[in-house]
Amino acid sequence: MAKISFDTDACKGCGLCVQACPRKLIQLSTHINKKGYNAAYCTDEEKCVACGMCYQMCPDCVIRVERQA
Amino acid sequence: MATVFERPKFLTDTPFHYCPGCTHGIIHRLVAEVLSEKFRQEDVIGVAPVGCAVFAYNYFNCDMYEAAHGRAPAVATGAKRVHPDKIVFTYQGDGDLASIGTAEIVHAATRGEKITVIFINNGIYGMTGGQMAPTTLIGEKTTTSPYGRTAERNGNPIRISEMLATLDGPSFIARVSVHDVKNVLNAKKVIAKAFEHQAEGKGLSLVEVLSTCPTNWGRSPQEAMKFVAERMIPEYPLGIFKEV
Amino acid sequence: MNMNRQMMKGNEAIAEAAVQAGCRYYFGYPITPQSEIPEYMSKRLPEVGGTFIQAESEIAAINMVYGAAGAGARSMTSSSSPGVSLKQEGISYIAGAELPCLIVNIVRGGPGLGSIQPAQSDYYQATRGGGHGDYRMPVFAPASVQEAVELTMKAFDVADKYRTPTMLLGDGAIGQMMEPVTMPEYKPMEVDKSWAATGWHEGCGRERAIINSLYIEPDRLEALVRKLEAKYKAIAENETMVDLQYMDDAEYAVVAYGTTARIALTAVRNARKQGMKAGLIRPITVWPFPEKVIADAASHLKGVLTVEMSLGQMVDDVRLAVNGQCPVRFFGRTGGMIPGVREVYDQLMSMKEGL
Repeated sequence: MAKISFDTDACKGCGLCVQACPRKLIQLSTHINKKGYNAAYCTDEEKCVACGMCYQMCPDCVIRVERQA
Repeated sequence: MATVFERPKFLTDTPFHYCPGCTHGIIHRLVAEVLSEKFRQEDVIGVAPVGCAVFAYNYFNCDMYEAAHGRAPAVATGAKRVHPDKIVFTYQGDGDLASIGTAEIVHAATRGEKITVIFINNGIYGMTGGQMAPTTLIGEKTTTSPYGRTAERNGNPIRISEMLATLDGPSFIARVSVHDVKNVLNAKKVIAKAFEHQAEGKGLSLVEVLSTCPTNWGRSPQEAMKFVAERMIPEYPLGIFKEV
Repeated sequence: MNMNRQMMKGNEAIAEAAVQAGCRYYFGYPITPQSEIPEYMSKRLPEVGGTFIQAESEIAAINMVYGAAGAGARSMTSSSSPGVSLKQEGISYIAGAELPCLIVNIVRGGPGLGSIQPAQSDYYQATRGGGHGDYRMPVFAPASVQEAVELTMKAFDVADKYRTPTMLLGDGAIGQMMEPVTMPEYKPMEVDKSWAATGWHEGCGRERAIINSLYIEPDRLEALVRKLEAKYKAIAENETMVDLQYMDDAEYAVVAYGTTARIALTAVRNARKQGMKAGLIRPITVWPFPEKVIADAASHLKGVLTVEMSLGQMVDDVRLAVNGQCPVRFFGRTGGMIPGVREVYDQLMSMKEGL
């Protein structure tokens, strides 16, 4: 069980996390955030294993990953 | 729930001003993670360059300088000599370090100044709008090499890490990339090693990081990462060039 | 260190005065006629636990000063004209970041590589803020080795008091000649440097230090420059220095600084012997310029003669101060040539004769 949260307003929608996720769980939203970007979000947190690959590739440090202890 | 990955404390809350997909942000985070894991805030003083990373002083959460273009190694020299017990680092791009500041980096290196240099090589001037850098690859079009860089017309690209590794002063010189997860994780290990060299009082340590500029390269963030892997690494091979 | 009166070369005396004033960080590059300063510092600073670095260039040296001054230390660099041109970039950044430090310029003839003989042709560069942007810098111009020592100490204090770079502007003669010197006992001043980059952590009681001259929002940069302006006004009010000789009843005045002022003083004395009521106004700070003293004097003078080792740079400031109250004449030698007493005397005499 993992929890992945995006600072949606700070995301610039570059999509590097989309490419990095080995389980293809991240997409860019069709909504536009405050900065005018399509922010990234997790489509299915149940399947996320908190591997952190999205975090590693995020150039804006907007992803926080938590895992059940 | 335990947090496993989050913004390190050596970064302020200020959002980066970099363009979408620019790897400056990844490298900032790696440096900040290494600093957070190894040192206390009061142990570190940083020096920002001129170029896209000019506002690095807004992001690294410690005492910071903003240096004139290319002069960061000289500024860091002054700071380190006054505070030899502090960890002093510079963060410089390729226009800053490999062009206008070549004298300063070469001499800080050969003096063996006990500082750590994070050198960002993305082969272009980002802040000023995509002009040719000393590191621009042959064939690449920029706003000042509109026909594509040629050796005859524009001169050859410069390999800073290889050049500095010939000197006696540096104790650690390496080139890494951040174009995929594997390389990002490796880059962090190498950056950590560079700071360890300084903490141990060895000579100058420098990590050259191959980076992207999707905006001025005219490539998507994904294509830019591919360009690093396929085009830059063959010209700028990764590895540790010097370790004492 | 023997504090008694002793013969010292100007450059070495300046260096020792800096050490006495607590300067422990020197960064410089050899250039004639000031190389005795780095030479002296390379020997002296290790004795007092200081740092001497022979930098790869004057540009690197001034940026090392930026680093050391930003870290809260008293630091300095020195050079001569072509080298000081190279330092202008760093001086502008230092002014913008409000860092205290001392820059010594032992001026030689120019333009270009020029000569290695004494000159005063860097006056514009020194007093107009030789680098880019809206800034000024207190500039002290000694006329003897003893005064060079005293002004070196003073320049460090003024730098710290106002958080500004200061300059000691000596010509090659001041740097090279030997004169008897009594090293004054330096009294350290209390100064708050809580703005410096010394290592910060959250809750440590001060703001995070950002040593910087970049203000991308124009209103913030204007605010900084206005702050500098206020500082420069305070410096002009409090720190202007001028030496007056034979001015009480003078009808004619020579305005000259540095070595030239010594030559002019002899010419003034010779003119007095011939019955001419001549006097000397010697700016000790050339920025801030003693404009009020000159303006007040000009109101009852018949003429002012400005003498410089240049084609005439300070004379612009003299004319602005005199503001048409009396005629202003200029006499200068340049290229490393030093005006003779007789030449200055002849100029004074011909002024009186209305020639």
